[in-house]
Amino acid sequence: MKKLFLFLLLSSLLPTLAMAGELTGFIGVEGRLFLNPPAHEAQRRDNGSLSLAPEYYHEFDADSSFTFAPFLRIDGSDEERTHFDIRELFFLKVYENFELSVGLRKVFWGVTESQHLVDIINQNDGVESPDGEDKLGQPMIATSFSRDWGTVDLYLMPWFRERTFPGKKGRFRTEPVVDSDNAIYEKSAEERHIDFAARYGHYIKELEFALSHFSGTSREPSFILDLKDGRAVLIPYYEIIDQTGLEAQYITGEWLWKFEGIRRSGSNSTSGGSYYAATAGYEYTFTGVRGTYMDLGLLTEWLYDDRGASASSPFENDLMVGGRLTVNDISDTQILAGMIVDIDENEQIFFLESSRRIGEKIKVTLEAGFYDLPDNSRLSAIRDDDYIQLGIDWYF
Amino acid sequence: MDGYGLQLLRLIILALLIMPATAFAITPEERGLEIAKEADLRDTGYGDFRAEMRMTLRNRHGKESIREIKSSNLEVPGDGDKILSLFERPRDVKGTAFLSFTHKTGPDDQWLYLPALKRVKRISSANKSGSFMGSEFAFEDISSMEVEKYTYKFIGEKPCGELTCFVVEYDPVDKNSGYSIVETWIDTEEYRAQKVEYYDRKRSHLKTLTYTGYKKYLDKYWRADEMFMQNHLTGKSTKLEWANYKFKTGLTDKDFNKNALKRAR
Repeated sequence: MKKLFLFLLLSSLLPTLAMAGELTGFIGVEGRLFLNPPAHEAQRRDNGSLSLAPEYYHEFDADSSFTFAPFLRIDGSDEERTHFDIRELFFLKVYENFELSVGLRKVFWGVTESQHLVDIINQNDGVESPDGEDKLGQPMIATSFSRDWGTVDLYLMPWFRERTFPGKKGRFRTEPVVDSDNAIYEKSAEERHIDFAARYGHYIKELEFALSHFSGTSREPSFILDLKDGRAVLIPYYEIIDQTGLEAQYITGEWLWKFEGIRRSGSNSTSGGSYYAATAGYEYTFTGVRGTYMDLGLLTEWLYDDRGASASSPFENDLMVGGRLTVNDISDTQILAGMIVDIDENEQIFFLESSRRIGEKIKVTLEAGFYDLPDNSRLSAIRDDDYIQLGIDWYF
Repeated sequence: MDGYGLQLLRLIILALLIMPATAFAITPEERGLEIAKEADLRDTGYGDFRAEMRMTLRNRHGKESIREIKSSNLEVPGDGDKILSLFERPRDVKGTAFLSFTHKTGPDDQWLYLPALKRVKRISSANKSGSFMGSEFAFEDISSMEVEKYTYKFIGEKPCGELTCFVVEYDPVDKNSGYSIVETWIDTEEYRAQKVEYYDRKRSHLKTLTYTGYKKYLDKYWRADEMFMQNHLTGKSTKLEWANYKFKTGLTDKDFNKNALKRAR
């Protein structure tokens, strides 16, 4: 409730600020239909929700600006999914070949599509969607240097954001449910531990590459089974890690060859000291399919984690195959569909993401996920959560 | 007149006789290249410019859709241009930005920025025949014109409106081009493209591009206010209207890198 009040307060400030800057964003309505009744106690079956994602931008002069992008979702079933976040709130100053920003930001690292191993700056907004693509705003002081020999980014992150998890009424949750209010940290500084990251990226002709390192609180928690009010709960445990990442992409004609690899080390048992993980694959694009303006991309990626069966990720030796259809019509119709298949186990996940614009300001999205998972799968808690999701976003 | 003088006179007469003959002996290929080079030369030295573009897509049934783009261009001496295009409208793609480094030879470098994910994607430039934003313009139609990208053949001079035009066949060097021949009409007065006829790989007459409303900037550089592309095979068309041209705005390389792409507004 306090968060909601804060949101309303900030929102009421927006129109006054808008006099000087630019206010854009969208209001969304989303409905999720689940094909099976819920597997866990207290879970609701289907749900509807509303979201609001405004963005205010103000330019002081050509080289300095202010961005503010709050986010609010009100969910009909899960009180944990009803949440407010500040995705971005930062000042940016640009100098000759140098950039400085202070505040909450979103940063993306990586080249692959099926999973984002290297991408580590922002925490997952785990209640938003099961794919982990939604992120929480990360407080930081960030600098970026651009030179002929590449770009160097340095990040100092003075505050850690805990991952969000669906509540007991929500779908896509673990059993027992995660108690996100009582997280435990390896270091006594808890959220106030100062994290650092650095990345060097460059390109040489058709080769694009980046090397990065992160030192700080792992964005991915492990879990400790505990009791709360006589009920079993999972308590997130955040350890201190070091992660080195390599990204590379090479273009030959219509082929994009992609690689992402990480080495992560930490004191905790989940990482067992240290481990390697990688995603490697390609995307091939047919331009102008059958004389139309349609582009069809075929994707294949191999997902690997050297911890094997003890990996915290379900993708320890999996293959993703998919297709991306860009219709290139007036409505910008796009469809991405595919599946991730476990090479060793009988685990299969099917996914669909599509969107098209209606008129000038409305975008309709259709998403779906189907899970074919055995009882002993690490993802078995969501095996009954096959879903179809329809969203309508109105842009302003 | 002594022997030496007579010999000199003969030589001069001979030279005068030969000269027009050599000028006439220039092949259509050489003449085509000459025109393309002259047109390129006349548009050299602008440094940089910014402009706003409004794109109206129209389907066969007359249904229209509008896109708006802010464009920044930097001339790179000895190579192609650097272009940053920022999408403003429709609203759902606002903030999406496209960065392209054109090269005289070899593939262009292209990056796309997706603001919702904060993701910069290096994309393949092999899809040059693909549609730009669902319009009738292919990527290769909007990328910077480099002399080295075609071989040429001069066809002749023909009237074009109130002007006379050189008609030159451009044959794309790149096998990824969607065209067999691009017939370009360039006016003889100012060397401005007035009309372009595109023929696809099957030699069918695919599209016609018409330039109107030429204005002169910095007392030298001509830019058309409107470019209209008609697709003859589908009946669809795209109109580009350009406004607020500003030349020599002080843009440099730092305005055309990945950081600039991410912060473009």
